[in-house]
Amino acid sequence: MPTLETTFAGIKCLNPFWLASAPPTNCGEQIMRAFDAGWGGAVWKTIGAPVTNVSSRYSSIDWAGQKMMGFNNIELISDRPTQTNLDEIAEVKRRYPKNVVIASLMVESNRESWHDIVKRAEDAGSDGLELNFGCPHGMSERGMGSAVGQVPEYCQQITEWVKEVARTPVIVKLTPNISDIRIPARAAKRAKADAVSAINTINSITGINLDTLEPNPMVDGKSSHGGYCGPAVKPIALNMVQQVNSDYVDGDPVPMSGIGGIGTWQDAAEFILLGAGTVQVCTAAMHYGYRIVEDMGDGLLSWMRKKGYETINDFRGLSLPNVREWKNLNLNYRVVAEIHADKCIGCQLCYTACWDGAHQCIHMDRTEGNVITFAGTDPRYAMHQANPHGMPTPDQRFAKSKSTISTTPIPKLDLDGLGELGPYATPLNRIPRVDEDECVGCNLCSLVCPVPDCITMERRDDPSITPNTWAERVAAGATPSGVPHENHGNPNHQ
Amino acid sequence: MSEPTSFYAQSPTPGDVSARFPDLHPAFEQTAAIAEAHRCLYCFDAPCMTACPTHIDVPKFIKKIATGNLEGSAKTILDANILGASCSRACPVDVLCEGACVMHRYNKQPIEIGRLQRFAMDALHESGAPLPFTPGADTGKRVALIGGGPASLACAAELRRRGITADIYDARPLPGGLNTYGIAEYKLPLAESLREIDLLSQLGVTFHFNTLVDAAKLAELEASYDAVFLGMGLGAIHKLGLTGEDMPGVTNALDYIAGYKSGEIATAPPKVAVIGAGNTAIDAANAAVRLGATEVTMVYRRGPEQMSAFSFEYEHAKQEGVKFLWHVVTAGLEGSDKLEALKLAKLETTADGSLVPQQGSEFTLPVDLIVLAIGQATHTEFLSGDKVKLERGRILIDRATGQTSNPKYFAGGDCTNGGREVVDAVADGKRAGIGIAAALEAN
Repeated sequence: MPTLETTFAGIKCLNPFWLASAPPTNCGEQIMRAFDAGWGGAVWKTIGAPVTNVSSRYSSIDWAGQKMMGFNNIELISDRPTQTNLDEIAEVKRRYPKNVVIASLMVESNRESWHDIVKRAEDAGSDGLELNFGCPHGMSERGMGSAVGQVPEYCQQITEWVKEVARTPVIVKLTPNISDIRIPARAAKRAKADAVSAINTINSITGINLDTLEPNPMVDGKSSHGGYCGPAVKPIALNMVQQVNSDYVDGDPVPMSGIGGIGTWQDAAEFILLGAGTVQVCTAAMHYGYRIVEDMGDGLLSWMRKKGYETINDFRGLSLPNVREWKNLNLNYRVVAEIHADKCIGCQLCYTACWDGAHQCIHMDRTEGNVITFAGTDPRYAMHQANPHGMPTPDQRFAKSKSTISTTPIPKLDLDGLGELGPYATPLNRIPRVDEDECVGCNLCSLVCPVPDCITMERRDDPSITPNTWAERVAAGATPSGVPHENHGNPNHQ
Repeated sequence: MSEPTSFYAQSPTPGDVSARFPDLHPAFEQTAAIAEAHRCLYCFDAPCMTACPTHIDVPKFIKKIATGNLEGSAKTILDANILGASCSRACPVDVLCEGACVMHRYNKQPIEIGRLQRFAMDALHESGAPLPFTPGADTGKRVALIGGGPASLACAAELRRRGITADIYDARPLPGGLNTYGIAEYKLPLAESLREIDLLSQLGVTFHFNTLVDAAKLAELEASYDAVFLGMGLGAIHKLGLTGEDMPGVTNALDYIAGYKSGEIATAPPKVAVIGAGNTAIDAANAAVRLGATEVTMVYRRGPEQMSAFSFEYEHAKQEGVKFLWHVVTAGLEGSDKLEALKLAKLETTADGSLVPQQGSEFTLPVDLIVLAIGQATHTEFLSGDKVKLERGRILIDRATGQTSNPKYFAGGDCTNGGREVVDAVADGKRAGIGIAAALEAN
């Protein structure tokens, strides 16, 4: 039987699901209820000199009727006295010794302050420390949070101060508000951090109230940029997690606690496949409550069983080798879209998407008697003029529909029997067809199709042809490199 | 002449009648409408749009509901169908837009297009905003429209938007024809039909009420207008041809429905029989139930397989408690000063397919009222001579332009199609309005 138990940077965990340092981990009472619900660990709401928060604090983006696709906050660190937080850490650890409690810390950037808070947090019984170098609003204006994370020297310096006295693992939380997240990650590695966590929230303005012209969240008519999180940021987070976990400059990658838009077991599995050892969750718990962890565990275990993984480490990082630089992708691989007519419902979303957003290779001509034979050419090399077969454009097809004369069917005359409703099979003239000679294999049609497995991408290259990448073509002198210097001076292109 | 007062304010429907005919398809609450709008896939060249006789761009108006642009949503609807509010309630959407919805093949739950359309139109009416169209610059051209029903109204709107004078001549005291007087109140309240016409009237349509157009009047109109649109619909409901048909207790479905909608009929006697099995027959039978009849029977010469009502109308009647006598013919009316019973006979099919009464199968059904709903005659007597070409009493038109065999005459609606839906009449009127404008411009 697979297990969710794991060890992260030396910390034993009942499962890899931690609550991120945020409102769900504001106090001991909350965290104990979270542990009862099944969370393996909690990173305490950042402890430091108490602050006064604004009212209001959160805003969000809804999408297509779904609430909180993206979430934003301008709340600062804990507004509770440090000693209260520490006393409650002690109580939680006394009552829940097997659950992980990480103290998130942020104090003034001097050695004494950091030494003091590290000692007090560890004395209270925390299992590890997370250094909050990521908070993008408010605290950064005071020289803390992302103001530290954005400057590798500060990041390294403070981590070193912490490591001078820390007895428990030290996790450096990275800010995404930087051009290359690997730079502060390397600074953490140089300072001998035991682990990193990423990503913190992203600078954001979630929207403007169109009645008042004030941004959200509004504080007395004004707002300030906040930190963006929730499902919308997951792809950004996954990229940064991969970048850090594939980076061997200044030492091997250290353990990573993945953060950013995680709310389901699938999300968790993806972060772990890109090298995360634990995952941290905030927005999803703020939206639906602590209870979501049950399916995260249940679903992940079920997937692990199907895949034959016994532990988190069995699959951790397995997708990292599958992320490459673009220049190392096989240019000889080719797929084309195949529309499975038996599944097509006739919405024609693929058709309009292909014409307006892709390569004009989907046509509505199944009943028009066009006989088009495929030459088997690859449109990336055998370039044609747009619309080589002179197909009607979407506008022309739409205008034709608008000029048809339709009449309400009368049961006795126009329908079968007693007004039987239907026919509900998709009419052939609404099922699109792909012109394979023109299809570049971009995936767009399969992405917009609402029906599972209706449009699949099918391999069309000759398997006998050896893979060939752009880098290989350049090396063979077959194509110019196009750049005078290896990385153009851009650290993202190393 | 143009009515300065609101038609809506003149609605004669009594409150207690309205209360007995609550909406069959209730309005959407805003949250429900937005959730439903988000369910729409936004098909391209959508089959719902093609299925709609007026080709309302359904995905477009639904997405506008989803984005909160209700004004734009109503404008999208009205641009294609000036009676979009009536149609949202009266249309048999199961065989039109909703029947064509691709969601039947996705999760078996078509988008509730009719209710969403009503939501957008109700929002426009409640906002008090003006009709989002203005009359075109005056061309000096003038068109007379015979009949004030959906076909003429739709035609008049197209004419006015193109700067052509539109004068409607109608026999009734209020506009809308069957849209106002002939649709079951639980589908389309009389007042709602009038409210929509108030909005349309902002284009400057002129109404001449209580004006029956006969051959002489038609000649006068033909001489003084540039074109004539024939949108007078059908004529009276057929009679059974039996002795006693004039006695009290015998009526027809159109008079019955118009009667209760305009407040002239407030109650039904205990036993009512409806002869016929079309959609109008079902509306009349359901009305009798709502008005207090305790036993309502529909009598039809054939079986349920041959009835001309939509299947959902049949289901609705069964739910209302209407009973059905299939394969039965009315052989006689019994009663002295008023109707007391129907003499009925069972029918059987002979070898050649004709229906004949079964020997000795006669029986009596005691009734207080019968409502005839066995189809309407045509109403074309005033088109004397060869004014326009007819086929089985229907005016022949070019479907794309509404033009008749006489280039000065155009036509649309029930008088051309033998009796279909409101939306079909609107589509006919719209095409004819555009056709007339094109013809007048070409002259």
